[in-house]
Amino acid sequence: MIPFLLRRLVSGIVVITVVTSIVFFLTYGTSVQIARNILGPSASDEQVAILNEDLGLDRPLVEQYLDWITSAARGDLGASYFTSEPITEALANRLPVTFSMVIVAVLITLIASLALGITAAARGGVVDRVLQSIGTVSYVFPVVIIAIGMVYLFAIVLRWVPAIGFVPITQSPGHWLASIILPSITLAIGGIAGLAAQIRGSLVDELGRDYIRTLRSRGVSERAILCKHALRNAAGPALTVFSLQFIGIFGASLFIERIFALPGYGAYAMNATVQGDFPVLLGVTLVSVVLVVAVNLVVDVAQGWLNPKVRV
Amino acid sequence: MSQQLGALGPDQTAVAPTRRKWRVTRALLRNPMAVGSVVTLAVMTLLCLLAPLITGHDSMYSSVDHVNAPIGTEGWLLGGDAQGRDMWSRLLASISVSLTAALIGTGVAVIIGVVFGLVAGYVGRTIDSIASWVFDLVLALPSLLMLIVLLPVTRGSYQLTMMLLGIMLSPGVYRLVRNMVIGIRRELYIDAAKVAGLSTWRILTRHVFFVVRGPIVIQAAFIATICINVQAGLAFLGVGANTPSFGSMISLAFTNLYGEPIQLVWPTLGLVALTGALILFANAYRDALAGTTTAARRRSRRALADVVKRADEAAPTTEKPTEKALLTVRDLRIAYPRSDGSLNEVVHEVSLTVDSGEIVGLVGESGSGKTQTAFAMLGLLPHEAVVSAKELSLGGRPLLGLTPTELRELRGPDLAYIPQEPMSNLDPSFTVGSQLVEPLRRTMPRAQAKQRVLELLARVGIPDPPRTFHSYPHQISGGMAQRVLIAGAVATQPKVLIADEPTTALDVTVQAEILDLLRELQHELRMGVLLVTHNFGVVADLCDRVVVMRDGRDVETGEVRQIFHHPAHEYTRSLIDSILDEETVRTDAPASRAKEGVR
Repeated sequence: MIPFLLRRLVSGIVVITVVTSIVFFLTYGTSVQIARNILGPSASDEQVAILNEDLGLDRPLVEQYLDWITSAARGDLGASYFTSEPITEALANRLPVTFSMVIVAVLITLIASLALGITAAARGGVVDRVLQSIGTVSYVFPVVIIAIGMVYLFAIVLRWVPAIGFVPITQSPGHWLASIILPSITLAIGGIAGLAAQIRGSLVDELGRDYIRTLRSRGVSERAILCKHALRNAAGPALTVFSLQFIGIFGASLFIERIFALPGYGAYAMNATVQGDFPVLLGVTLVSVVLVVAVNLVVDVAQGWLNPKVRV
Repeated sequence: MSQQLGALGPDQTAVAPTRRKWRVTRALLRNPMAVGSVVTLAVMTLLCLLAPLITGHDSMYSSVDHVNAPIGTEGWLLGGDAQGRDMWSRLLASISVSLTAALIGTGVAVIIGVVFGLVAGYVGRTIDSIASWVFDLVLALPSLLMLIVLLPVTRGSYQLTMMLLGIMLSPGVYRLVRNMVIGIRRELYIDAAKVAGLSTWRILTRHVFFVVRGPIVIQAAFIATICINVQAGLAFLGVGANTPSFGSMISLAFTNLYGEPIQLVWPTLGLVALTGALILFANAYRDALAGTTTAARRRSRRALADVVKRADEAAPTTEKPTEKALLTVRDLRIAYPRSDGSLNEVVHEVSLTVDSGEIVGLVGESGSGKTQTAFAMLGLLPHEAVVSAKELSLGGRPLLGLTPTELRELRGPDLAYIPQEPMSNLDPSFTVGSQLVEPLRRTMPRAQAKQRVLELLARVGIPDPPRTFHSYPHQISGGMAQRVLIAGAVATQPKVLIADEPTTALDVTVQAEILDLLRELQHELRMGVLLVTHNFGVVADLCDRVVVMRDGRDVETGEVRQIFHHPAHEYTRSLIDSILDEETVRTDAPASRAKEGVR
């Protein structure tokens, strides 16, 4: 188990390095006019040269990258070119908003997918068709349209929840939930479609296996066969899909934050991309990739725990 | 004859897929969903191409007089948007952008995925490991964020963004193609093609690609909808310059949601028509490939319901059990529904009895229906099986028509089962011990159940019971696993034990030990045993009586000794002959004597 984890950890670090360096070299390498963009067209060449030196942009790219990644490893992501706000601080303010939404969405996805997937595998019929419809809807309607429909129905027509804005959980848990429940449900729809179908499929596969018949022949209850034996063996592939859905939900939150006017990392990233605020872009990339790697690591550990062949 | 077959071989590989292709096309043409979605896509494409002819204004033209112009304004078919631009013209331009985005993204994803998938799957080894690692890495990227972060690099060009998205979506195609190629590579006709001297490239393109293209079409449709939705989403966020797009239309209409909600309808309709057509086409294509139509399934279900009812009516036995036999089967029939709804009977009027303390052999070739017969007694046939019998009873109690719960309570204390393949019959995720303890927990506390399982493991000849108890199935050998399964079957001291080829999957040396163990346990527990086997040697070794099955019928029943010496049915004779030839190698005493008797 320990060597297995170490291997995954090393491969995670490789992924983080590869992705950040791709973004770094693509952004810094293709844009020669960073200082010019910051200072505006009226600045003199001299001013541009001075700023280039200040920002260290006159050094070789590789050196700049090494510099960036060593400070990043210490938790210092630098400052925005335009507002000079420290990026680590800005992210610390904004990520709780995004995480609130994503975590609630993931919880909804997990619970609903398990319930739908297990029922569809055991009973089929109506639940099975509901599951297929959710799948089709989530593919046909982009998350943006679903979100707008949610806002229109629940916030404008029914007025159950506020349409926009975010309330921190420390301020009022009730209002916090009201402010993120619509975005979370919207995000969860796509996740449920993928995960529930996977759980259903794996369960159906497992239920057809020999050991299930043998357990039945010993009088083990259907409930234990489904929820203990089949589910435990179906959990591996489902977990893999879950980690992909998690990444998908995290990515889709970019759109959702805009529609619900939530001050999360998405708006921050959008702003930076429009301005060409490269340090912010790198910071956002790093945080996302670290999150992805962390989720995959947790899933790997869970896989190892589920699969006795890996565990020992 | 064999020459003819050989000549047919390579041709068949080409003919079969072609026929399938036409079958798929015909199935698609019959499906209104498929036709409708193709027509929708064609009409939308046509509208884009004709856009200059059927719109009054350029999609970028803005007129102050037409801000929020109502529908049907002269020359403004769908009215104007919040910036006074022609909604109809913008809608058509958006369709064209969406289609382009879908073509670029899907094209890149499919080309990369197919090329690397074919190569990795066909060549394997190092190339496969490297490619799979890289594609796994790409799959784990937060792709939407990457697209946004890299916008300064793509400079807002949606075409470049879609190429990047195509790369990020390629792992799905890669995995699909790679796994299918690995599957096909093992199949016969690729070997045949290799022998015929075809080059690797030709095998890949002609034969392999032929088979994998169906699933690729389906996946490409899904990828196309992702591309369209992502492009619209990015445009909604306001990136991608001034290109007209469903996303930017939706974004503008969203800010106008309180005032002019109708403006949201057109881009939504356009977008949903496009993605909906693609998804429905993919679904219809999948159905066509699977070759099942809902109509056939429904018909079969109705027919099935009728038959099941009939079986249920027949089930309660009015006659009392004729003999004192423990397990009685009279005229057992098992049938399965065909895809057209009719029933295919696989077991016809099979009768047999098993008494307590008796071992009955159920013999026949594979496919003769003996395992089906055994499962019918245990109530372990698949749900779709239709079972009926004049009598199927255990100790005078009818088994057909029992509720699942009643049947479940019989399994264990009354009926038990030893499977054929030891490894696949243990749950890989639980320890051997916990699997054996679980059924016993119905009648005893955990500690006692554990004690009993340890005793049983020792009884079936496992050298270190506590260690095996805590082992997972993959940590024990096949012979050990079969002993564990025997322990599991006898743990509840059943009255009847049904053993389905209990030694077939084992080494010859282990086989004899397992048979000895079965004999001892049967003696100790005074069980009735039904031993399903294809091996007459095993029958001679172990059984008191034997039932011979062929093509789903019982052709001969009787005492083992009598049948060996005087087989009445020719099929039985041929079975004995064929097996005895093999058996003489082992110089099995009773068997060779029997062989002399036959001659």
